[in-house]
Amino acid sequence: MSKVTLAKALNAGLRKAMDNDPKVLVMGEDVGKLGGVFRITDGLQKDFGEDRVIDSPLAESGIIGTAVGLAMRGYRPVCEIQFDGFVYPAYDQIVSQVAKLHFRTHGKVKMPMVIRIPYGGGIGAVEHHSESPEAQFAHTPGLKVVTCSNPVDGYFMIQQAIASDDPVIFLEPKRQYHADKAELDESATPLPLHASRVAKAGSEVTLIGYGPTVKTCLQAAEAAAGEGRSVEVIDLRTLSPLDLGPTFDSVRRTGRAVVVHEAHTNLGMGAEISARITEQCFYSLEAPVLRVGGFDTPYPPARIEEEYLPDLDRVLDAVDRSLAF
Amino acid sequence: MSLVDPARAGESFIQLLTPEGERVTHPDYAFDVGTADEAEVIRGFYRDMVLTRRIDVEATALQRHGELGIWTQLLGQEAAQIGCGRALRPHDYVFPTYREHGVAYCRGLDPLHILSLFRGVDQGAWDPNAHNFANYTIVIGAQTLHATGYAMGVQRDGAVGTGDPDRDTSVVAFFGDGASSQGDVNESFIFAASYNAPVVFFCQNNQWAISEPIERQSRIPLYQRANGFGFPGVRVDGNDVLAVHAVTQAALQYTREGNGPMLVEAYTYRMGAHTTTDDPTRYRMSEEVEYWKLRDPIARVKAYLVRQGLADQAWFDEVEREADEIGARLRDGCRALPDPNPLSIFDQVYAEQTTELADQRDGFAAYLESFEGAR
Ligand SMILES: Cc1ncc(C[n+]2csc(CCOP(=O)(O)OP(=O)(O)O)c2C)c(N)n1
Ligand SMILES: [Mg+2]
Repeated sequence: MSKVTLAKALNAGLRKAMDNDPKVLVMGEDVGKLGGVFRITDGLQKDFGEDRVIDSPLAESGIIGTAVGLAMRGYRPVCEIQFDGFVYPAYDQIVSQVAKLHFRTHGKVKMPMVIRIPYGGGIGAVEHHSESPEAQFAHTPGLKVVTCSNPVDGYFMIQQAIASDDPVIFLEPKRQYHADKAELDESATPLPLHASRVAKAGSEVTLIGYGPTVKTCLQAAEAAAGEGRSVEVIDLRTLSPLDLGPTFDSVRRTGRAVVVHEAHTNLGMGAEISARITEQCFYSLEAPVLRVGGFDTPYPPARIEEEYLPDLDRVLDAVDRSLAF
Repeated sequence: MSLVDPARAGESFIQLLTPEGERVTHPDYAFDVGTADEAEVIRGFYRDMVLTRRIDVEATALQRHGELGIWTQLLGQEAAQIGCGRALRPHDYVFPTYREHGVAYCRGLDPLHILSLFRGVDQGAWDPNAHNFANYTIVIGAQTLHATGYAMGVQRDGAVGTGDPDRDTSVVAFFGDGASSQGDVNESFIFAASYNAPVVFFCQNNQWAISEPIERQSRIPLYQRANGFGFPGVRVDGNDVLAVHAVTQAALQYTREGNGPMLVEAYTYRMGAHTTTDDPTRYRMSEEVEYWKLRDPIARVKAYLVRQGLADQAWFDEVEREADEIGARLRDGCRALPDPNPLSIFDQVYAEQTTELADQRDGFAAYLESFEGAR
C-alpha cells in the first residue's frame, strides 16, 4: 500500500485498464509525450506506444467524432478534454452521436467511451479553465456522468468507467489532482460505479456534495462538530444515473438537506436533487432543501473566485439556515 | 446565372461515358472490370440504377400517400451512388448521410429499414456490421469523423497496406456540398491526413444544400480543397456510372495501400426536391433542371447498351418487371411495418440499464395499464 494523489491514482487506473484490455486507447491533446497538461497520462505513451496513446490534432469535435468510429470498430477510447471550458466544440458529437447511437440502433452500436474532463475552479486560472458543466451532460439521456472526489475513487472509478459499455463523462476535480494523498489498496473491492456513499456519518443535517465540494462539505462537518452540531456528508459520485438511496435514508433521519456544488445554482444538479428529496422525503423534512452553488454569472476572474465558489463559510451558513427553520 | 458558367461547372471532370452514351477515354482512369464480362457489368449497373430509382420513386409516392413522414429523394444521383457502391469490397465500410439509398442497396440493406426510419417506426436501427454500412446520420458532416475514426481502427488492426486484397480495408465517408462547410468535415480531413487513415471522402456535389447553391459554400471547386489538407482530390462526372466506378475503385485502392485519404467529388445534380417537404421552385430555375435532365445518369447507359447492341428490349422489359416487383414489395412492406411499443424506448438508452430508467418505465407501464379497463 502506498499514499498517492488523485493524479497518480488516475494514472495508475488508466495504466491498469490499458494493461487489462488491448482495445483501450487514450486520446486527446498533449496526452502522449507530455503526459497531458496535468500529467494524468504521464508515461502511458512510452509504455503503450503511439497507436494506443494518441496525440490528437487540436479539434475537440474531431477527438470525440473519431472516437465514435474507433468504438464502432471495437476499441474503447478514453478521450481527454484538456479543460472543462473546451468541451463545447465537441458538444454536438457528445449529445447527438455518442449519447444517441445506442438508442438509435436499438443497441446494435455500443459506445464504450470515456470522456475525461478536468473540471471545477480554485486554481487561479484564466477564463474557460474553471467551469462545472456536469448538468449539461447529466441532462442528456444516453450519457452516464460520474465524478470522483478522492484518490481511491479515482483509481477504481476510471477503470469501472472504461469497462462500462455505455459512454461515461468522467469529471475530475482538477483542484484535487495534486492536493491530498490517500492510502490506495489496489486489491480492495470498490463500490459499484453508480453508487453514492456516506462520506461522514451525522444526525442533524445532510450535506450532499460531489467532486471538489466533498472536501468542503467534510470540512464544514468538522467545523460544525466543533459547535456541537452533527452533520452527515454524502459523496454522490454518480450524477447520471443518480443514486439517491443513501441521501433519502439520511434525510429521513436528519430532516434537513443542503446540496453543494460549484456549478451555477440555477438548474444545476442541486435543483434535481432537491426536487427528488422533496418527492421522496416530504413528510420527513423539517426545512426546505437548500442549495449552495456557484452564482448565476459566468465564472469570475481568478482574483475573486474564492468569493464565487461555495466555501466553508457559505456551507456553514446554509447549515445554520437549515437548522434555524 | 448561366447554366454553364465556368465558375459553376469549374474545370472539366473525369468522364468515360458521355451524356449521349459514347465511351471516351481518360489518360489516368479507365473502366476496369478485371476478369469479369464488361457488358455484363454495365448491364448490372443499369439494372442497379433503375431499381434504385424505383425504390426512390416508390418511397416518394408512399410519402405522398401519408405512409412516410418525409423522404430524401436521390433522383439524379444514381450513377454517383451505384458507381461508388459497386466499387466497394465486402469488407470496406461505408458511413452514409441520409440520402445514400443507392449505396445501401449495393450493400444489401433491405430498403424497408430505410422506410422504417422515414416512417417514424425507428431511427434507422439496422445492424451496421451486417452490411458494413453504418446507420444514416442526419447531423450534417458528423459521420465523416466517425468514418475517420473507424479507419484509424482499421489501421490499428493492421488491415491496411498489407497487399492482401482480402484484408486491406478502406472506409468511405459520404457527405454533400453543403456539408463541406461543416467543421466536422474539415476536422475529419485533418485527422485522416495526420494519421494517414484509409478514408475515401466521397462528396456528392449535387449543386444544392436545400436552397443554397454551391457558390455559397465554396469559391473553388470542392475537390481542390483536398490540396490544402495535403491529400489528392479528383472531380468525376457524377452522372457517369463508369467514371464514378473507375475513380472510386482507384481511390479505394490508393487508400487501402496505406497512402492516406483521398477526396472524390462526384459532380452531379439533385433532380428532385431536397426532401418531400421542399419546394425548389422558390429558389432555382426550371431551365437548370432541364439542362441536367439531358445528363440523366440512366439514359446514357441505356443509349450505350442499345447502340452497342448489348441489351435488347426483352432485357429492358425484364428490368422493368423487377422494378415493379420491388415497388409492390415496398408498398406492402411499408404499410405492414409495426409501430414500436412505447415502452421499448426505455430499454434502448443504455447497454447497462439504470434503476432510474427502469423505474420510469415501470411507472409509465402502470399508468398505461390503468387505462386498460376504460378502453
Ligand atoms: C448540422 C445540421 N445543420 C442543418 C441541418 C438541416 N439540413 C438537412 S440537409 C441540409 C442540406 C445539406 O446539404 P448537402 O450537404 O449539400 O447535402 P444534400 O442534402 O444536398 O444531399 C440541411 C441544412 C442538419 N441536418 N444538420
Ligand atoms: Mg447538396
